[in-house]
Amino acid sequence: MAFNYEYYLRMDKMPHMWCPGCGIGIVVKAMLRAIDKMGWSKDDVAVVSGIGCTSRTPGYVDFNTLHTTHGRALTFATGLKLARPDKHVIVISGDGDAAAIGGNHFLHACRRNIDLTLIVVNNYIYGMTGGQASPTTPFGARASTAPYGAVDSPLDISRVAIAAGASYVARGTVAQGFMLEKFIYNGFKHKGFAVIEAMSTCPIQYGRRNKLSDPVQLLKWVKEHGVPAKKAEKMSPEELEGKFITGELHNQERVEYTEEYELVRQRAQEAAGAR
Amino acid sequence: MAETATAEKVAKKKEKPAPRIEVIDEFCKGCNICVDICPTNVLEMKPDPTRWVGAVVVVTRPEACTRCMLCEIHCPDFAIKVY
Repeated sequence: MAFNYEYYLRMDKMPHMWCPGCGIGIVVKAMLRAIDKMGWSKDDVAVVSGIGCTSRTPGYVDFNTLHTTHGRALTFATGLKLARPDKHVIVISGDGDAAAIGGNHFLHACRRNIDLTLIVVNNYIYGMTGGQASPTTPFGARASTAPYGAVDSPLDISRVAIAAGASYVARGTVAQGFMLEKFIYNGFKHKGFAVIEAMSTCPIQYGRRNKLSDPVQLLKWVKEHGVPAKKAEKMSPEELEGKFITGELHNQERVEYTEEYELVRQRAQEAAGAR
Repeated sequence: MAETATAEKVAKKKEKPAPRIEVIDEFCKGCNICVDICPTNVLEMKPDPTRWVGAVVVVTRPEACTRCMLCEIHCPDFAIKVY
């Protein structure tokens, strides 16, 4: 049966401003279905975003929402979670927001392992500001600041998250909506910092400059470049060049920050009482 | 025993109403993803010069729908609903 998205959306703001064929809508849908599956009340969920195309999400979803400064969504979310540890805080950000401007905050949120869910919508470019090359622009791809091809190697956000200490890391593509929903759902269930990287599409800013302006063509490109983790084990590094590994990449139980901080508070209060 | 169970299942399946696809016209941006992703070619893109995108999706073969939900899941504009 059809899913009742209207219940979770601010229908007076619809239709949304994302371009035709933009993958963010698919990610937001997967997120809403996962929230519904968790059975959370709308009042118990907070959606936080920074700046960029993805940051429009809090404007369209009917939860407690916060639209913050560029790259600082995770810092605001950390404060929110520490003030109200009983609430479920979800951060949705783009590749520029999470890996470039907020790169430092991203690393330290991973290290801290605070109980947040971060959804990174990776579309390989700065979409909203005019198609500048972002940290995840593939090698040789064209952008408005790299008209003859980007010469930087792209950043692998999921691998960075694992190295920095995030306890749940998964990567899906917008071409596989059911899988994305599953990863986001598992990320919500996970106690600790969960990173879900959604490989998305940007037909207007990325596709138009890279001979992939048709949304369908770009969606197929994303699907073809995603290699399941099990298949990737059998492939050589040369074969994996330019591709990305999808699936649940990391799942580990670790000390969670808000719980540990509560213990610190108790210890401090006991010490103060003993004095 | 097993046979009756399967027969019941088949009967239940038959009871289910036929799939119905709803398109919210004002949300559709004509990106063509649903038309391409549908395995049974239920949907079609119809040119519509009155709209700024120039096209809108229409349901042409509703009887072929298998209710796989791929179009609903992958529509980025919240425009398709499969009942």
